[in-house]
Amino acid sequence: MRIRVNGAWRETSAVTLGSVLQELGYGEAVVATAVNGEFVPIGSRPSATLTEGDQLEVLAPMQGG
Amino acid sequence: MASAQVTPGTHFTLYDTELRSRLLLGTARYPSPQVLVDAVQGARVEVVTVSLRREASGERAGQGFWSIIRGFAVRVLPNTAGCHSVKEAVTTAHMAREVFATSWIKLEVIGEEDTLQPDVFGTVEAARVLCSEGFQVFPYTTEDLVVAERLLHAGCRVLMPWGAPIGSGRGLNNLFGLTALRGHFPEVPLIIDAGIGVPSHAAQALELGFDAVLINTAVAEARDPVQMARAFAQAVEAGRAARLAGPMEPRDLAVPSTPVVGKAFLAR
Repeated sequence: MRIRVNGAWRETSAVTLGSVLQELGYGEAVVATAVNGEFVPIGSRPSATLTEGDQLEVLAPMQGG
Repeated sequence: MASAQVTPGTHFTLYDTELRSRLLLGTARYPSPQVLVDAVQGARVEVVTVSLRREASGERAGQGFWSIIRGFAVRVLPNTAGCHSVKEAVTTAHMAREVFATSWIKLEVIGEEDTLQPDVFGTVEAARVLCSEGFQVFPYTTEDLVVAERLLHAGCRVLMPWGAPIGSGRGLNNLFGLTALRGHFPEVPLIIDAGIGVPSHAAQALELGFDAVLINTAVAEARDPVQMARAFAQAVEAGRAARLAGPMEPRDLAVPSTPVVGKAFLAR
């Protein structure tokens, strides 16, 4: 299925958010996730299922003022 | 007296955390990570602001930045910079709480693009939601007294009024309004959040009784950010000491400082 990851369309065979992150290579990176504008806590990623067209945001610590 | 000596009343408290340094520092726009490290350490900063941004899986910029910040013995204050709606800000706050493992959140809901002025209506609404969810909210606001009251009623125990638009370096634009804010809420920690350009602006904020200042651009974009961070640290210390010492009242007419009594009569 196709999902949008940080604004870019990606093809994935994974079904859950946890497996999509692994597939995309985030590994053990410190990131926070949201699907369709809703925060998904780290503990819910393995059970959060994605569907065609979902919008995934993967955010990391960054400089800020 | 050594400048490092702690005078009674120099500590202040933000959400039960006692701090000595009244200079909070942003981490953006530095010429290099090492300059950021040197600025934070040179100015003995205890709180730095951070944010969340998209990171591609191949990049590790965010991971590298986070490992630098974790190397400091500082508290992090994540922001919701760039959020224009309550929903965005609340979701960003949840993501920040997980990543940075803190319930502190610098709440920014931007209402106007040219001035980056806060949307105070959205800020109050987001503050109410976040405070009810256990966040310790540092709202970026204006000097408006009514908004301040609403934010406190929403559960905020710290306010961050702007001095001038973010990144403008114009100092304290509305001295009367900011002085009124300080006077109305004498017990609330107030941090000037935006618009400070030079250390004298920061000293002025502390002289007026503000508890601290948050600086980013003025340090990061100085020709020598490390030296400028130290200058700001000295300025806030001087401003606080002056506040405690009790500044004189301005007068409209000259008053001779040298005693008049006993002056020789030499006119003819």
